[in-house]
Amino acid sequence: MLRPRAIVVGGGISGLMASLRIAELGGHVTLLSTLSLHRSGSVTLQEGINAAMDTKKEGDSPERHFQETIRGGDFLAHQPPVKRMCEAAPGLIHMLDRIGVPFHRTEEGWVDFRRLDGSLYHRAAFAGTTTGQHTHHALAGQIRHHESKGGVTLYEGWEFLSAVLDDQLMCRGVVAMNRASMEIRAFKADAVIFCTGGLGMIYGGSTPAILSTGSAAGVLYQQGVYYANGEFIQIHPSTFTGPDKSFLISEAVVSEGGRYYVLRDKEPWYFLEEWYPPYGNLVPRDIATRAILKVVENFHLGIEGEKEVCLDVSHRDPDSLYSRLGGIVETYRKFAGQDPCRGPMRVRPNVHYSMGGLWVDSCRQMTNIPGLFAAGECDYQYHGANCLGGNALLSSLYGGRVAGESAFCYIKGLEKGTDSVDEGYFTREIKKQTEDNQKILQKQGSVNPHRLHQQLGTLMRENVMTIRHNKVLAETDEKLQEMMEQWENNLTMTDVTHWANDELIFARHLRSMLHLARVITLGAFRRNESRGAHYKPECPDRDDNYWLKMTKAKYTEKGPEFSYEEVDTSLMRPCVRDYTTSGVLV
Amino acid sequence: MKEVYFKIKRCLQRGRDSYWEEFVIPYRSEMTVVTALREIQKNPVNARGQKTTPVVWECSCLEEVCGACSMIINGRARQACSAFVARLEQPILLEPLSKFPLVRDLKVDRLEMSQNLRRVKSWIPVDGTHDVGPGPHQSVRHQQRVYQLSRCTHCGCCLEACPQVNPHNDFVGAYVISQVRWLNRLPSGALNAEDRVDALMASGGLSECSQAQNCVKVCPKGLPLAESIIEMQKSATLRLFKRSLGIS
Ligand SMILES: Cc1cc2nc3c(=O)[nH]c(=O)nc-3n(C[C@H](O)[C@H](O)[C@H](O)COP(=O)(O)OP(=O)(O)OC[C@H]3O[C@@H](n4cnc5c(N)ncnc54)[C@H](O)[C@@H]3O)c2cc1C
Repeated sequence: MLRPRAIVVGGGISGLMASLRIAELGGHVTLLSTLSLHRSGSVTLQEGINAAMDTKKEGDSPERHFQETIRGGDFLAHQPPVKRMCEAAPGLIHMLDRIGVPFHRTEEGWVDFRRLDGSLYHRAAFAGTTTGQHTHHALAGQIRHHESKGGVTLYEGWEFLSAVLDDQLMCRGVVAMNRASMEIRAFKADAVIFCTGGLGMIYGGSTPAILSTGSAAGVLYQQGVYYANGEFIQIHPSTFTGPDKSFLISEAVVSEGGRYYVLRDKEPWYFLEEWYPPYGNLVPRDIATRAILKVVENFHLGIEGEKEVCLDVSHRDPDSLYSRLGGIVETYRKFAGQDPCRGPMRVRPNVHYSMGGLWVDSCRQMTNIPGLFAAGECDYQYHGANCLGGNALLSSLYGGRVAGESAFCYIKGLEKGTDSVDEGYFTREIKKQTEDNQKILQKQGSVNPHRLHQQLGTLMRENVMTIRHNKVLAETDEKLQEMMEQWENNLTMTDVTHWANDELIFARHLRSMLHLARVITLGAFRRNESRGAHYKPECPDRDDNYWLKMTKAKYTEKGPEFSYEEVDTSLMRPCVRDYTTSGVLV
Repeated sequence: MKEVYFKIKRCLQRGRDSYWEEFVIPYRSEMTVVTALREIQKNPVNARGQKTTPVVWECSCLEEVCGACSMIINGRARQACSAFVARLEQPILLEPLSKFPLVRDLKVDRLEMSQNLRRVKSWIPVDGTHDVGPGPHQSVRHQQRVYQLSRCTHCGCCLEACPQVNPHNDFVGAYVISQVRWLNRLPSGALNAEDRVDALMASGGLSECSQAQNCVKVCPKGLPLAESIIEMQKSATLRLFKRSLGIS
């Protein structure tokens, strides 16, 4: 039999893991990535990866990890896959350790762990504060190895344009464009895995990389893949605004002794420690963010009247800070111009992560389109209504692995391989995308795509952030529709060349962003409760009677059509999510 | 300061003539070269008030870990995202890296950098990704040293600065040698250290280095590249010696 052939789109941590698994099983992977692998968003990942190894004998276990993850996500994740992920985590740390991730060590020479948000245990393995870079480089090495053995073919610099679906609505490959020559071609495979990352750029200058536009997810949504839980966008409590983006100051700082405070009557007030004694500065991000907003907006205690608070580690020994937080210390010095070893950092909440994503089934990571899989930040599976620090990387690795394995099995079970599928599907899709490009290049209206994007970012930051109001959300959706209209009829392309035309690619991304922005906004509008990162003062409580369900958005010409899916809570009964006490976990 | 002057070396397509275009960008405090290039995207008009195409360059993380936005800024190879305009002499000259095939404007094709890593077997061969238990013990001190070495961002600045990277030879470059040193120092990587050293002893490897030490000066992460080259040269000498005695 022919070697099973799969495509993986995206060269971040999830894409590398999926590719690695397929190659290891004996399949062949075509790995497409819009930039070179090393430029993926994953390299910016800071604080670590969770795995309950309990090396400090605190009583941690995969079961505890599972419970804290479910509670951290306010009970909105299907529980069995989360449980499997937590159980697999220690094995994944061993793998990373073996392939060369330079994890910090204990004195005895074992992997060291730090405590992160929403947890009472030291559970995150870390390599300074550049865990992502090291994990990515080690995995990329493994990919190179398989490439040298013929199991992987890399296409770096290829931008995914659309999936190729046959008349049974099965996925048979993708159409992609070379970012330099603009050649458009079809890639055939029996299964395609999307690992295209998050969508922070919908909010303009947020913490994720500039590529995180959700472009591929937006295209797939328009092709019929359900988009789930879009309204759950994580606003991270501590970021600082740099010239071109917002920079993350991760919980690694808190785990090394960092404390949030504001000045009240000239005295530092450690509000999180006062309000949430057992977790203190390590409450889950949604809670920390709302607490900061309360302090700066209701109590007007922000630094110099700004919406900022202090995060201070300067009382710690600079040498140890440098060895354990090197990346963050360097970044803050360079981009904020101050030394965190000498005084408090000024931080404010900003968009960081998308819990929502492409809908996938809970065993195989397959979307509603057969043969089309998703993993990593672009799926919705593991975090429910809020993601805990160190779990995003874990879910990228684990989801990637599951997707790789199940795509391989799926291919083995196929009756009719892609080779026997009519060539017409591919040529038609190439033609469609070529014409789409031509149509975009002819746009000579008056709105520059980058300016329109700026408006989108401002709109979403002002109206669809931490605190949400129905009236505002409804107005936002109307504005988004106006922007879509602007995109369609009034966009102007200043670059109409046919070589390395980044503006054209950006215009395509912008279209995706607009579609997903509507999914986020309307999903938030409809969900009349507060849960995890989604908070509405009009209905400030969680409503399990009505809203213990996932949002699923389906694309239609008129806009997203919503349906809801029951959450599988078979392993842990939803209880009150309260971080003011250490809580009794059942 | 109200405005910033830029002179940007442009070329619309590989193989076509290059030309300089000037831009005047309103100054914003804390602005970087990337801020300016993004302003041009929003309003592609040159200093003479003529409409032009937006400047093409590559960027991703904007915090100096992805290595994408390398270019030559006032004569020096560096990352655009951390090049603060207030600290640069004007007009600010932007040019693409010259040691790589040009794509367009400030964007070059650095794919050969991955190929070079493949040449030296830059990976740790493992039996599989399944769980076979923890990796080897490592001391804190050892981990710290290794950690420093593994912070390369594949930005290409060391290649740009190196006189030995030129059309007449196929030198793999300092970052590759540093990567081998990193892998060989890892307890799990040490098992195959000799394979990588052998690869570095082939043509285009260690012997091409002329000790100019420019690489260390431009590395944005401050990697000890010259030291790595010396250490790998020692490993190579030892390897030769062992081979001559027939013990490998
Ligand atoms: C600053 C920061 C710090 C973080 N720290 C942590 C942490 O400490 N712990 C943790 O668990 N999580 C952390 N996260 C979250 C975590 O980094 C991400 O969720 C995770 O890396 C996502 O990996 P990924 O593989 O899904 O996507 P990415 O790494 O974003 O990769 C996406 C890939 O898809 C490719 N791609 C995208 N669109 C296209 C297209 N149209 N065509 C072709 N290719 C395309 C890109 O080139 C890229 O290779 C952090 C995130 C940020 C921004």
